[in-house]
Amino acid sequence: MSALQESLLELIRRTSAELPADVVAALDRGRAAEAEGSAGAYAMGVIRDNIALARTASAPLCQDTGSVLFYVHAPVGLDTIAFREAAEAAVRLATEKGWLRQNSVDSLTGANAGTNVGPGHPTIHVEPWRDESVEVRLMLKGGGCENVGAQYALPDTALGAGRDLAGVRKCVLDAVLTAQGKGCGPGILGVCIGGDRATGYAHSKEQLLRSMDDRNPDPELDRLEHGLVEEANTLGIGPMGFGGQTTLLGVKIGVLNRLPASYFVSVSYMCWAHRRQGVVLDGAHAITRWLY
Amino acid sequence: MITLEAPYTEDKIRALKVGDMVAISGTLYTGRDAFHKYLHDGGKPPVDLTDQILYHCGPVVVPEGDGWRVKAAGPTTSIREEPYQGDILRRFAVRGVIGKGGMGEKTLKALQEVGAVYMHAVGGAAQVLARCVTRVKNVYMLEELGSPEAVWELEVAEFPVVITMDSHGGSLHREVLSRSRQALDAIL
Repeated sequence: MSALQESLLELIRRTSAELPADVVAALDRGRAAEAEGSAGAYAMGVIRDNIALARTASAPLCQDTGSVLFYVHAPVGLDTIAFREAAEAAVRLATEKGWLRQNSVDSLTGANAGTNVGPGHPTIHVEPWRDESVEVRLMLKGGGCENVGAQYALPDTALGAGRDLAGVRKCVLDAVLTAQGKGCGPGILGVCIGGDRATGYAHSKEQLLRSMDDRNPDPELDRLEHGLVEEANTLGIGPMGFGGQTTLLGVKIGVLNRLPASYFVSVSYMCWAHRRQGVVLDGAHAITRWLY
Repeated sequence: MITLEAPYTEDKIRALKVGDMVAISGTLYTGRDAFHKYLHDGGKPPVDLTDQILYHCGPVVVPEGDGWRVKAAGPTTSIREEPYQGDILRRFAVRGVIGKGGMGEKTLKALQEVGAVYMHAVGGAAQVLARCVTRVKNVYMLEELGSPEAVWELEVAEFPVVITMDSHGGSLHREVLSRSRQALDAIL
């Protein structure tokens, strides 16, 4: 096994089995907000127990280890073909070890090769930068929450949403209402205003790479991010849709330019098991630092 | 915590109501998208499902010795089976469905008719629930359906669920949807 493969394998293992500290902290706050003895409090307690068990056992937090999404930032000249080969090898091995479920299905035949490798799997985004270091982030995004993502085209008559932040707000709240408990809340939303149908969704998922406690540098968006969490929580959907105080843990909003004719609001719903981790790799592809 | 042990009789099941916290000890059969469609399309179940509990779950299972070990076993989203569930409950006299996120009116009606309940396991609690699996007794249709979609016969002890849809027309999901819709209308 090459050093790169080893590092990527460890990245996969940790992402699957251990929740990053900022997500755990947000879940702890959510648990404290639920009424004692309520079904919501019960669900949050089971979640807490599950997090501890997964870490100790080095086993998947959730059996749906989801889509395997790599985000790489590297200097110009990274051999991206070699990177994909190493990533695919790491994914196959992680699947054999049970850190990933056999999650890749042929859409025409229903066949599951059991390797997690196939057309579109794993996804690897590579962005060159002028930095010297290589950063590899990994997100495992489950199917349940993926299914309750939504993309809106504004203006939307049914929602009474126009092409402004007031309209964006209505879209996001609509997505939360529609999702109810099906995304395994309390969830985290990644939102993109703008882009086309493809880039809008992709950028909305990238918002989920942000730290839970970061602030949006745009003051209006920062206000909207926090306001939406508060408002979503007043809907009382609660953990698992059992009813309760904590429906969302966070909202992260990004923006892309758009065509004059299009105004998309893309919402990616991430479940409580927000599995995203990252590493800095040195010249020998060894891990020097964890990013979350 | 109410204890529910096999055999899952109609009396035991009809005694349960929305909000009850239940610990199940006995056999569960996993079955999700592909299995439900297979049954709906006229397929014969590989086991007798009478008075059994179906678990909407695609576990992570690895070979161990002569058998299998469950590494992760949380529920999948049940609403995808809504087109099929009611019919399956009626045809095969299934007593319970475990999943997450709830199901719809068709299933609710069938639960009433048949005497069955929908039981909500905590989504993503894959390790907590894997620990409740004492044994993998068997697996069916593994070749045809692949590991996540196969019918895994699991022996469980004190498997914790919350009843969110009962055999008397009660549904927590309907209540929460209605309340949350009202709450949203109030702030828009």
